[in-house]
Amino acid sequence: MDQLNNYLFISAILFSLGVFGVMTRRNGIAVLMGVELILNSANLNFVAFSRFGGMNLDGHIFGLIVIVLAAAEAAVALAIVINIYNNLNTINVDEASTMKE
Amino acid sequence: MNNLQSLSFFYPELLLTLVILFAIIYDLLIDSSESGKVGWVLVFGLVLVAIAIWFQDSSKVTTLFTDAVVLDPFSTFFKLLIILATIFVSVVSLYSNELRDYRKGEYFYLLGIITFGLFMMVSSIDLIMVYVSIEIVSIMSFVLAGYLKKNTRSNEAALKYVVYGAFSSGIMLFGLSYIYGLTGSTNFFQIQQILASSGSESNSAILMAVVMILAGFGYKVSAVPFHFWTPDVYEGSPTTITAYLSIAPKAGAFAMMIRFFNQVLADGGAMSGLGYFSTTDLPWASLISLLAVLTMTVGNVVAIQQDNIKRMLAYSSIAHAGYMLLAMPVMSGDSIYAIMVYLVMYLFMNLGAFFVVITIKNKTDGETFDDYKGLGWEMPIVGITMTLFMVSLTGLPPTAGFIGKFYIFASLIQGGGSFYWLVVIGGVNSVVSLYYYLRVVKVMYFDGDRKDSLVSPPKVLTAMLLATAVPTMVLGIYWVPIAKWIKESLVFFIQTI
Repeated sequence: MDQLNNYLFISAILFSLGVFGVMTRRNGIAVLMGVELILNSANLNFVAFSRFGGMNLDGHIFGLIVIVLAAAEAAVALAIVINIYNNLNTINVDEASTMKE
Repeated sequence: MNNLQSLSFFYPELLLTLVILFAIIYDLLIDSSESGKVGWVLVFGLVLVAIAIWFQDSSKVTTLFTDAVVLDPFSTFFKLLIILATIFVSVVSLYSNELRDYRKGEYFYLLGIITFGLFMMVSSIDLIMVYVSIEIVSIMSFVLAGYLKKNTRSNEAALKYVVYGAFSSGIMLFGLSYIYGLTGSTNFFQIQQILASSGSESNSAILMAVVMILAGFGYKVSAVPFHFWTPDVYEGSPTTITAYLSIAPKAGAFAMMIRFFNQVLADGGAMSGLGYFSTTDLPWASLISLLAVLTMTVGNVVAIQQDNIKRMLAYSSIAHAGYMLLAMPVMSGDSIYAIMVYLVMYLFMNLGAFFVVITIKNKTDGETFDDYKGLGWEMPIVGITMTLFMVSLTGLPPTAGFIGKFYIFASLIQGGGSFYWLVVIGGVNSVVSLYYYLRVVKVMYFDGDRKDSLVSPPKVLTAMLLATAVPTMVLGIYWVPIAKWIKESLVFFIQTI
């Protein structure tokens, strides 16, 4: 059980770092890295619960599926960022903001 | 039911997959200038899928694929609603000038894939399936929001959408991981069972997880405070996609939300209200009430200040999400019924309003209030239908919007004294919304010069305007068939463990 707590602690830190990254970074790529941290923190949770919580294999399966979806999402997001760079010559999230709030 | 047996109940989705694959291959074989034909392939395919769903044996209520998705009248209702929205949007997309310079094949089969994702969304009863279906819909929507590659506003919309979308689904996933950790299962019914039998010591953890999951749902239905993406994405995306995003993923998310709150946090079914649900004593009903009030108020108040009609309709769609959320905390049979009625009415009136925006954009290439000056005299059909949509969105009789609001407020009053304040706030909000909806009508008829020459939009667009306007009018007077159909659709799959 102590081991589980360690993993949960690490994943909570990862999650907070991810949220912090998304909130503070202005570079499009860095924001996406923050999102990846959040997804991986959740993944760590799933696998840790599954391994140490005496549960079924659903957690592992969930982890695998999340990895696949994160890759798909990253691919689309990077394509969008590249397109922005082609048109605006910047990947700064703030500068790519012409519509008024 | 195991995987092989499930296939025989899954044929509408399989048919849809075939349609999408056919569209992909067909797009490879034709020239870019005639890529609009893929749209007709999709429309035709969706009609076939709708027929397949309609004639599916509705008495068969079961789980498929080892308890991952369900087949029940509730999901069937939402599937048909989503198909209707997709068909409307696909047909209009063929006549939208915004998309004229782009190859349209991908556009249409991505719409098909979103439809598939939404099918999964409305029928999933497993946390894994919940996440996968939300992601299918989101990722395809990111691509479609940025479909106008050379248009910087469309690029920007896609970037904002992808950042907010990935962020909120990540938070939702983290919440799901705690739910899994607390209960040891990913199945809705098992989770409900374990939550019901556990004590109150893990309440704070469950509450935190539910709030995180609400972030994901809230982002999909664009509820305040998860709405920041909505105005920018709606303004920048191709208008056809804006129309689609404002109805189909919202309907899917509401279906999923109802299923989640009804079957995980309430004692399965809960068709007679949540009164006797006391297992975890979570304040989630007041949480959603607060969310609904915020959503309505922010949506309506900010919509007043907008000069761009598309952006105004974006805030209006936030406000309408708020009206639908109003009925969520009651969570009785009546309130779920009210949400379903509202979604049907909202589909016609909101799609119609966006179709008017598309028609005007084709003509003047603009979407601000100035572009609408004197339009009521110049394009009579557009003027009359837009007036009807605006009156209906406000919720005045005798239009569809009134019936939708009536059922929502009626279900709140039946829910008991603790919900009366929601009715009051909802009523005040409707009055506020009258101002900005009728401003459109005022600009169309009283501003600008009255032109003598008449301009009529293309025939298909006129037909689509009428196809949304006539139900908006008729359903306000005679809605019995719809009401009956929804009443019959209000059957959930419920598993007792």
